[in-house]
Amino acid sequence: MNGIGFVKGMLVTLRHFVNTYVDDLRYGFRKYSPDVDNFETRQGTKAEGAFTVQYPEEKLAMPERFRFVPFLVVNDYDHPEAPGKDWCTSCGICAKVCPPQCIWIVRSNDPVTGRPVPEPEAFFIDIDICMNCGFCAEFCPFDAIKMDHDYELSSYDRTTNHVFDKQKLSKEFKYWKTIAPTRAVEEMQARGGWEHKDAQKAARRGGADAGKDAKREEVRARKAEAAAPTAAPAAEAVAEAPKPAAEVKAEPAAAPAAEGARPWEESHDQREARKQAALARKAARAAKKDG
Amino acid sequence: MVLTAPDPNKVGTIEDAIADLKAAFPNDVSDDKREGYGGVIVSADKLLEVASYIRDTLKFDYLSSATAVDYLGEGHHSNDHMEMVYHAYRTTGGSALVFKAQTDREKAELPSLVSVWRGADFQEREAWDLFGIRFKGHPNLKRILMWEGFYGHPMRKDWKEAFYESEHKPFDSRWPEGHVYRAEELNVFGSNVKYPSDIDLSRLTDKSESDLYTGFGLGVDMTHMTDENGIQTDELVVNMGPHHPSTHGVFRMVMRLDGETITHLEPVMGYLHRNHEKIGERNTYLHNIPFTDRLDYISSMGNNHGYVLAVEQLLAKGAKYTPPTYRTEVLRVLMVELSRIVNHLWAIGFWLNDLGAFFTPVLYFVQERERILDFFEAVAGSRMMCNYMRFGGVFADLPERIKSTMNLMNDRVRDFDTMQFLQEMINERIPRTIDELDEYLTNSDIVQSRSKGVGYLSAEDAINFSAAGPLLRGSGVAYDIRRADPYSIYPELDFDVAVQHEGDMYARYMVRLIEMRESVRILKQILPRLEYTKGESVTSSFAYSGKIPLGEAYGRVENGKGELGYYVVSAGDKKNTANPWRYHVRAPSFINLTPLGHMCRGTKVADVVAILGSIDIVLGETDR
Repeated sequence: MNGIGFVKGMLVTLRHFVNTYVDDLRYGFRKYSPDVDNFETRQGTKAEGAFTVQYPEEKLAMPERFRFVPFLVVNDYDHPEAPGKDWCTSCGICAKVCPPQCIWIVRSNDPVTGRPVPEPEAFFIDIDICMNCGFCAEFCPFDAIKMDHDYELSSYDRTTNHVFDKQKLSKEFKYWKTIAPTRAVEEMQARGGWEHKDAQKAARRGGADAGKDAKREEVRARKAEAAAPTAAPAAEAVAEAPKPAAEVKAEPAAAPAAEGARPWEESHDQREARKQAALARKAARAAKKDG
Repeated sequence: MVLTAPDPNKVGTIEDAIADLKAAFPNDVSDDKREGYGGVIVSADKLLEVASYIRDTLKFDYLSSATAVDYLGEGHHSNDHMEMVYHAYRTTGGSALVFKAQTDREKAELPSLVSVWRGADFQEREAWDLFGIRFKGHPNLKRILMWEGFYGHPMRKDWKEAFYESEHKPFDSRWPEGHVYRAEELNVFGSNVKYPSDIDLSRLTDKSESDLYTGFGLGVDMTHMTDENGIQTDELVVNMGPHHPSTHGVFRMVMRLDGETITHLEPVMGYLHRNHEKIGERNTYLHNIPFTDRLDYISSMGNNHGYVLAVEQLLAKGAKYTPPTYRTEVLRVLMVELSRIVNHLWAIGFWLNDLGAFFTPVLYFVQERERILDFFEAVAGSRMMCNYMRFGGVFADLPERIKSTMNLMNDRVRDFDTMQFLQEMINERIPRTIDELDEYLTNSDIVQSRSKGVGYLSAEDAINFSAAGPLLRGSGVAYDIRRADPYSIYPELDFDVAVQHEGDMYARYMVRLIEMRESVRILKQILPRLEYTKGESVTSSFAYSGKIPLGEAYGRVENGKGELGYYVVSAGDKKNTANPWRYHVRAPSFINLTPLGHMCRGTKVADVVAILGSIDIVLGETDR
């Protein structure tokens, strides 16, 4: 109790204080220059002095495993065969494994046969509810949903902007390769190729694939027909150019007309009506199955 | 009470203790024969005697957890009843003596055990609050997490929350007809909210505040209050919090002061209550792992660990599952010890804030924490909400490199070799920081004069109040679960239990300091183990829809803040279930607050803040 301990403590503070300036003198203005070579040292195990990152001028690139609100993987938009095709098969595992239950999927059904088509009709994530746990990406058997690195999602109105639909969620496969190169390669090895599992299976089957493609085209055409009365121009575009790319682009126009542009803005009655319609469809399907 | 070695004739295995107990109470104690259950069932009217016998004769002096379970309607437990489950331990080590008391659901009443273990105080209040079990003889049976005037008991199985959708997740509305809506837009005051039929909602008045203050003796006749000098004096009730920077969150203390001296203090909590346990019972087992991160968010790795241990105990009762590999255990210990260091750096830093060293020390420690969190981020994907552990595995092995890639949004890139990073951290950086902390504070005159002899808690009180972690060890009780009831690979690791005998704030600080050094010692032993287990599988074989066999389990770990326990019950009409029937968190931050009033009595107002800081609470865990 003679003040020596206190003085010693102050020396520690002084050391920290000096170190901050040593760092500044060592790097000078290079500290914040665009082609930073000292960033790694300043942020690594050898760092001394101030360790602050001057956000938003400096933005830390996230490590590969970093997880933020998920996105849906789609084929590259310059993919030779199926540009922009969803990797998602709407199997629903992500929706089931989601702890806060923020994933909503509408499975698409063939309008004539009523059979499910391996492609989601609509896909929503309520990012206000998402807890960024990464289970959806971890348990997806098709590598179709991945955790993003884009953490700047704030907006001025949470009531309308924070339910992400399929269009907003979809990102090219190329993007996943840029943010997580190592993992993309690991997953490729597990899948056996860069393509989607199903595409590879189809390729392996060879001849059989053509028939499947034709069938897909047929389903697409039927879907367009079903959507035609409500969204004629868009549907025609789809029918005339039944290329997958066109379909992806047309969907926001075609599907919302049938389902309501912003389902989260609907009134309670509308929602009820839609629910009843869905139930009726379901009952009809069940009846058909029984009969 | 002098702490002596227990009578060797009386100390034996749990089986001996149970046999002894049954011999002493042949008609009132019986084995719990339900499938997957253990321990004994005690008849309610003899509970108090049995508890005293367990504490005094059998020497199970530490009541770790007391919680309720509502058995309603499921086929496996045919008759509906409420059940209190107690886990008692010996502070000399060993596993739990589990005893249970059953009562009727409608007229739920049991004798209070506060007279035997004061640590039962808050836990019984919680059971009353959430389950509606009345405890006869409890000195202060009030709601603790919900507010007075709340109608119903939310943990009861027939109680439904405001945005109730269905009994269990996953919800059917999400797939395959997942037409999105925002839960906020539903009418909260629909059929889910219950209130008494005679109440007029427009004329509601909240009496809980005035009730609380009444207990503090407001309106005392001050003419009769004179101090020793014959001067008329009055006692003052001061409310501190919930919005107060020193309470580490939304925590509130109501104190009665005589001058500046505290004569009575009562903690008020629940401002961050979200009924974590109810959410947990709606969730599947897997869903709960990321939710545990949000309890004590400073050390989420430890939270994960306790929960997976509990569920792994259940899985071991007969599910098809591969137990964790050696590397899995090594990785878990690595993560948990790193988060213990993080936790103690944080605790000491903010305790100094409370002492008045405003933010200078805490920032030095946070800098070290940053590096550790960077490591967590690279391995688990998130800095704080790690969600790293799985049943029988972990999320993923260590990456080769801690590496980030430049992209359009973020341009500052780092690239380190993971093992080299860990080696430099564990061998150089962390020990250097701890030494610096030691040099900085341990001998500081201000720290010493503020903290020595303040906030005293004796060893027997600490045990009786069910204090845990540095609070217990700072009072001279060498009780560390890693040694007393070992789990994971701790038995083969070489480390000492940090213990100090003074029982004051300084002792708790020293315990944390020593414990960080011991953690570094463990980490140094982990490094070679990481090298030679390279390549071993660490992934979990548990499927997303995995089922858990029937039974109960209590998994507990020594977390930074103390004993963190998870009581998980799997029950159902089938052989196994996808959702826990009961999911209870024995939160050290919550139970360590039980002795707060006791420790603060007689101290000055300014010390209260520091005493609270020396307990080290996180409100996410306190309020759950």
